[in-house]
Amino acid sequence: MSEAAAPKASRWALWLPLALFGAFVGLVAWNLIHPASSDVPSRFVGQPLPQFNLPAAAEGRPGLSRADMVSGKPKLLNVFASWCVPCAAESAQLAQLAAAGVEVDGIAIRDHKADLAAFLQRNGNPYARIGSDDVSAVQLAIGSSGVPESFVIDGKGVIRHQHIGVIMPDDVPKLLAKLQEAGR
Amino acid sequence: MKRLLLILAMAFAVPVLADDSMPPAPYAYRQLENAAQEEKAQALMVTIRCLTCQSQSIADSDASMAGDMRNQIRQRIAAGEDPEAIRSWLIARYGEYITYTPRVTSITWPLFAAPLLLFAMAALLLRKRFRRNGE
Repeated sequence: MSEAAAPKASRWALWLPLALFGAFVGLVAWNLIHPASSDVPSRFVGQPLPQFNLPAAAEGRPGLSRADMVSGKPKLLNVFASWCVPCAAESAQLAQLAAAGVEVDGIAIRDHKADLAAFLQRNGNPYARIGSDDVSAVQLAIGSSGVPESFVIDGKGVIRHQHIGVIMPDDVPKLLAKLQEAGR
Repeated sequence: MKRLLLILAMAFAVPVLADDSMPPAPYAYRQLENAAQEEKAQALMVTIRCLTCQSQSIADSDASMAGDMRNQIRQRIAAGEDPEAIRSWLIARYGEYITYTPRVTSITWPLFAAPLLLFAMAALLLRKRFRRNGE
């Protein structure tokens, strides 16, 4: 700034840098207190399930294919893994959904048979079928970005709703409503 | 006493591994045999966001899901698929967020318009100054 220009500058222009700085600090503070969600919702909600055919992941439960999901009845597709710590927290809620008559099918991501068997032994087995996805292929094909995630699939095999993260006790009525909606 | 036991329990707690122990997918860490195809795959992988470590590309990340994505991209390119077709396939599932190459859309147009606008404004403001110097 030249010396000649200083007296000419109006009052508000003098305070402008400070005001801008204040606004910047405010913006940073706001985003620190209210961090943006890091969830990546699937854009595949509303689309039919892609073709897939996964081998059985656990003893006594058949594997999972697209044809199994297209049975005229809405189902819950749970993407999970035995190595995923939060996945154990939703087993009671999955059992509750299964007890309410919902068919819960699982896709186990990158899981060893022995680990999965121990996980089901420990947390219960609400699944009618469990497919084993060792290279996350089906997970990528339906736009799922992590474990656990659950998808409401209608009777025609169309993805109707995605639930990201652990199913908490509060989420059970919401999912039951979504399943009912998908059955209409 | 209870508190002491709790503290002792915390001190001896074994950290829980929150990742799988599966060996990586075949092409997660192995390059394609065909160098031209590998180059194409690499160019695509550095512009695809890792969903586990969201500020990294899948080429940079050791997350198992990023490995599975690299595996799938390499195998599809080896099968002759076009890299941009694979990018579109991913965008159809995860949205524009998955790619580091922003396209002009109804939300992103200011990104592209702002530099032009700033340049025009600067030209307008400096016009007088240049003229004065020219005299």
